[in-house]
Amino acid sequence: MNKHTSEILIIGGGGAGLSAALAACSKNGVSVTLVDDNPRLGGQIWRAELGKTKSPDAAKLIAAVEVGQINIVNDAQVFAAPGANSLLAETPNGTIEFDYEKLIIATGARERFLPFPGWTLPNVFGAGGLQALVKGGLNIENKRIVVAGTGALLLAVAGYLKSKGAKVVEIAEQTTASKLTKFGVGLWRSPSKLTQSIALRAKLLGVPYLTDCWITSAQSCRSPRVSKGVTMTLDDTPLLTRGLPHPDQTSNDILKAVTFTRKGKTWSIECDMLACGFHLVPNIELASMLGCTIDAGFVAVDEFQRTSCENVFCAGEPTGVGGVESSLIEGKIASFAATGEFEKALEFFAERVRTKKFGDALNRTFALRDELKTLADDTTIVCRCEDVAYGRLTEFSSFRDAKLQTRCGMGSCQGRICGAATEFLFDWKVGSVRPPIFPVKMENL
Amino acid sequence: MAFDVAIVGAGIVGAACAASLSSSGLSVVVIDANGVATGTTAAGMGHIVVMDDSEAQFALTNYSRKLWNDLAAELPGTSEYEFCGTIWVAADDEEIVEVRRKKDFYENHGVKAEILDENGLRQTEPNLRAGLAGGLLVENDSVVYQLCATRFLMDRAIRDGAETHTGKRVVEIKEGVVTLENGDFIAAGNVINAAGFAATELSPGLKIVKRKGHLVITERYPGFVSHQLIELGYLKSAHGKDGDSVAFNVQPRSTGQVLLGSSRQFCSDDTEIDHNIVRRMTARAFEYMPRLKDLSTVRIWTGFRPATPDNLPYIGKLPDHDNVYIAAGHEGLGITTSLGTAELIADAILGRTSAISSEPYSPSRVFSEH
Repeated sequence: MNKHTSEILIIGGGGAGLSAALAACSKNGVSVTLVDDNPRLGGQIWRAELGKTKSPDAAKLIAAVEVGQINIVNDAQVFAAPGANSLLAETPNGTIEFDYEKLIIATGARERFLPFPGWTLPNVFGAGGLQALVKGGLNIENKRIVVAGTGALLLAVAGYLKSKGAKVVEIAEQTTASKLTKFGVGLWRSPSKLTQSIALRAKLLGVPYLTDCWITSAQSCRSPRVSKGVTMTLDDTPLLTRGLPHPDQTSNDILKAVTFTRKGKTWSIECDMLACGFHLVPNIELASMLGCTIDAGFVAVDEFQRTSCENVFCAGEPTGVGGVESSLIEGKIASFAATGEFEKALEFFAERVRTKKFGDALNRTFALRDELKTLADDTTIVCRCEDVAYGRLTEFSSFRDAKLQTRCGMGSCQGRICGAATEFLFDWKVGSVRPPIFPVKMENL
Repeated sequence: MAFDVAIVGAGIVGAACAASLSSSGLSVVVIDANGVATGTTAAGMGHIVVMDDSEAQFALTNYSRKLWNDLAAELPGTSEYEFCGTIWVAADDEEIVEVRRKKDFYENHGVKAEILDENGLRQTEPNLRAGLAGGLLVENDSVVYQLCATRFLMDRAIRDGAETHTGKRVVEIKEGVVTLENGDFIAAGNVINAAGFAATELSPGLKIVKRKGHLVITERYPGFVSHQLIELGYLKSAHGKDGDSVAFNVQPRSTGQVLLGSSRQFCSDDTEIDHNIVRRMTARAFEYMPRLKDLSTVRIWTGFRPATPDNLPYIGKLPDHDNVYIAAGHEGLGITTSLGTAELIADAILGRTSAISSEPYSPSRVFSEH
């Protein structure tokens, strides 16, 4: 097994990780390693498109990190912690053991999926997942696509899909118009370009945007051919869609239409694809495996982004979903604190307060409404890996009980999808996290 | 109100005792500090297997396997009961000698067993490496998803009137009464200590130590392996009495997943995964089944076998007591022997004649040692 030693080890190459890496290497003589599970840096927010990073800001940051004195390891999935100050990561060339003095966890977030009848049909995607597939080369020209769920991501995805030739036929946002308006009004406080209200931006896009509106089911039809064109393998699917089983190759059923509800009215729209996501779930598995205190679903940190575990810091979405600006600042603070430059870290405290307010507003605005708990019927699959239906889960009172009796959450996604869903549906807590936190080839254990 | 029987521990042994006694019309209460099937039961492999380490071990495993196979038709689908059989794999000619001895032993005791030669073994399990000398196929062994089977047994007991109190820790067992951590008492004519490795806390003098094990499970690879495969040296050479040890032991799950064991460690009290022993365990498995290397592992977990000095469980009345019984210390065979254990305990309480002699398992043996 290859061994690699560094003073500062950063896990995650998104906003928080990149920002932390750059800050760490500003101090001379510190050895910094950045480990990321994707072939290219940028995380989910700045996922490269056919090998190129499109956002100029992101490209600048990535370039700076790449010329810095940083050891970058791509395609490396951290799966275990064999001892104190040491992590194991699987790479295409086997396992690497990373020893560190200080660890910065910057593992980002994933989309939340909620079960509704039809959500497992071929051509139903995560919103971010579909965007990632298109960035990877999937052709969506002239496809009729519905974008639904909740969160700031929906609009960004809709805009992107449209720019790639798709016909976005509807954006269904479950939150209320008044919450959205409040959010828009509050945006003057946010430091960035997010000064336009979301509804206004939708109008500019020329896509029907409905608030107070959500999907109640997706319908299928028989297809003469098996699921048109979308085949995924585990290796080339992005993290967001990993764990979702491949479109069912044995069934001819594919998505045909979706049914919406809004203010007591229901109707259906025909479409070729559905992109849905219900805001974000933090990736806390690594922190949790290390034994860091988790508070209300997020990694607990102090003002210097220190977790409850010695020498372990955490920055970005795992500490509270707050958007990319928050991640960038937390990355810097974590990094300066990790290198002992507490004075420098202090300089960013005020800015963090500001971005935190934005994050809080974001979470308030896109909080899930209770009606979404009632979409699944007894036969709707909740755990896709192990085919566990909603009705079966209602027999249990905790995630562990359900897991032991039904294997819910025991499949290859390791509960990343159904765990987040059942947390919302039943108020269950997923509980302890054991290695491997990602599936790993047995010879690489 | 006093119950006829209070059972401490809702693992598979406690659940089996509850099902058996309730079906005989006794009023039963089961008390567990955690929940149904959450301790050692949850961590096990679910292999129903006849073992021949000793005559006594054979008698209990063989009797229990028969009870399982009789119950099979009534088990719900979620229990995933599969008659997959066991193959004891012999690596070399020396082990083939042992295969013959084992076959003779089984046949003399009325257990069906068939010797496979090198080719026969390869044809039966193509993912085993070439060059293994052969094996012994024991047809009527099976696997079960023991978590759902335990739930089934407990539900049967409840159907027949049993009560369960979960999340309640018993701190003392006395003649006719158990005391809970919160100070409450539960009165019962008979008390069964089925608390696994925790049984010694409630019944001092019993000798049960935790023997830690690791299991590894893969994603789904239907057909990769079709029998439970165990290296022949399993308990004898690979799992000696002292020190950490590993052995090749692989199980086909009805989901298509491959479940890989096994490790044994004494003196380890934490539930953490020990990466060194996992690597030793997988390395041992690769010697037999190199293609396992490419399989994707989704989970690893640990559990504690409640081990006794002579590898036999404590089943029967506690010496110097009238109505306190022990059903604990089943080491790695608790899933298999749970049903036989329950019958022996029920026989003792109800004054029935047992199908096999319960004498070798009597807890009195630990108190007569000097």
